[in-house]
Amino acid sequence: MDKFVQIQSVGQTFDTKKGKFVALRDINLTIKQGEFIALIGHSGCGKSTLLNLIAGLTRPTDGVLLLEDREIAGPGPERAVVFQNHSLLPWLTCFENVYLAVERVFGTKEGKQKLKDRTAAAINLVGLDHASAKYPHEISGGMKQRVGIARALSMQPKVLLMDEPFGALDALTRAKLQDELMKICEATKATTVMVTHDVDEAVLLSDRIVMMTNGPAATIGEILEVNLPRPRHRLTLAHDPVYMGCRAAVLEFLYEKQAHVEKQAA
Amino acid sequence: MSAMTMKFQFGAKIPVDREIGEEPVVEVAAAPVKEQKMEKTMALPAETGTPFTETLASIGRAVLPPVLGMLVLIGIWYIATMKGGSIPGPLQTWDAATALFADPFYRNGPNDQGIGWNILSSLQRVGIGFGFAALVGIPLGFILGRSAFLAAMVNPIISLLRPVSPLAWLPIGLLVFKKADPAATYTIFICSIWPMIMNTAQGVQRVPQDYLNVARVLALSEWKVVTKILFPAVLPYMLTGIRLSIGTAWLVIVAAEMLTGGVGIGFWVWDEWNNLKVEHIIIAIFVIGIVGLILEQGLILLAKKLTKESS
Repeated sequence: MDKFVQIQSVGQTFDTKKGKFVALRDINLTIKQGEFIALIGHSGCGKSTLLNLIAGLTRPTDGVLLLEDREIAGPGPERAVVFQNHSLLPWLTCFENVYLAVERVFGTKEGKQKLKDRTAAAINLVGLDHASAKYPHEISGGMKQRVGIARALSMQPKVLLMDEPFGALDALTRAKLQDELMKICEATKATTVMVTHDVDEAVLLSDRIVMMTNGPAATIGEILEVNLPRPRHRLTLAHDPVYMGCRAAVLEFLYEKQAHVEKQAA
Repeated sequence: MSAMTMKFQFGAKIPVDREIGEEPVVEVAAAPVKEQKMEKTMALPAETGTPFTETLASIGRAVLPPVLGMLVLIGIWYIATMKGGSIPGPLQTWDAATALFADPFYRNGPNDQGIGWNILSSLQRVGIGFGFAALVGIPLGFILGRSAFLAAMVNPIISLLRPVSPLAWLPIGLLVFKKADPAATYTIFICSIWPMIMNTAQGVQRVPQDYLNVARVLALSEWKVVTKILFPAVLPYMLTGIRLSIGTAWLVIVAAEMLTGGVGIGFWVWDEWNNLKVEHIIIAIFVIGIVGLILEQGLILLAKKLTKESS
């Protein structure tokens, strides 16, 4: 399906104490089913705002967002979100955190045992069988983020939305989780939109990179197709001319065309 | 055991503890790390003498200051009352206390009952009044926390009534219930309810937006939102409210019972004042303090236990 998610002339204006603040304007984007999209841009360019709009957590002030030709009117489990700070409920174990989502989506149709199997499978997918019974405060940041991913995937969402999911992790953990995410996305064929400010991450994972101009009134500056075959391996890609070309294109966009972020922010 | 022997035992204990506390001056720098390890591996038998004395020293450091403080207090009390006067000294009070606690549960008619009965009936009043306050206050706090409109409506009323001394409500209680006992309970209800409403409402308002976003993305039912997200998130605030309430309730019950009479620690204080048994009043002060301390510490313990897994 070519027009899986459609974003049509979407704008977002916030009412602040200092008056109206235009965060986004004229966003037009169509996402294919199974596609991996990265949203990249400097801080404050409205990447997360756009992601929240797709999630339905906020409603656009202009334009319309469609999923399978139906308007996105609010948040729902068919558009699962992996939050930046994992957002696991601290009073539930990892298993219970995932189970809460599974129960919500499949609870009406399936028995308890089936739900438990689904939960266990999702936890297994992110390689956390051993930490299933632990509470979030007992595991590392990377593991928490993996539970967050398991929770999102367990719902079998139509779209997986990730808001800088690896932003708070160290480089080694991040690389490991990126590799895992690639495998999971290939296995599940999930349509994914990921907000990031890591150029390598964007090029490695995405089919297309959506580059956003600086805010306020940010919009899509360029869209870059990443024509690299899958499965991708970070080590072999390091010297691949296509990879390096993509990387250079994104860097050029961020640091030459949209370089004045410090001045604007100040 | 007489007070004299007690005192000598205390007196003998101090130098010993001190020696242990001061002896390893050189080791102090290295001690903290070792100490922590020791606490965890307490179950293991001490291999050498050194870790054992270290544990003893750490216990000494923890126990010594409070014991010393108590001794100083009793010492001042002893010196102040040495020359006689209307206030009895520690020894007289101790003797009176041993006589009193020898038979705490006797009943010689409605106005002459053992101290145990008095404490229990005060606790019962606090329990009932406090229980009703929790039953009303916690749900009300949830509602006010969820609805900004209702909060704006009710907050001025709460602000107006909260600073009123609960005892000012006592006549109204007497008028409505026509009996002393429910009037005292109702006073406890009034004074316990404010902290519970306010802390619960504050807790609900402070539930992190992240958790609510999770609820929205999962499109959880209102019941699930309350049981799986709001209640556990608000629990620590609720427990704070409960702790403040029970502290106030215990303060107020003494005063309320002085006015209403019957059985109860407050009434007992007043009765002993009429009998001019000042030792008993001092004992009552200690008893009230100890019961209050136990209530408070019990709730802190409960709060720790309940919030441990949600931290």
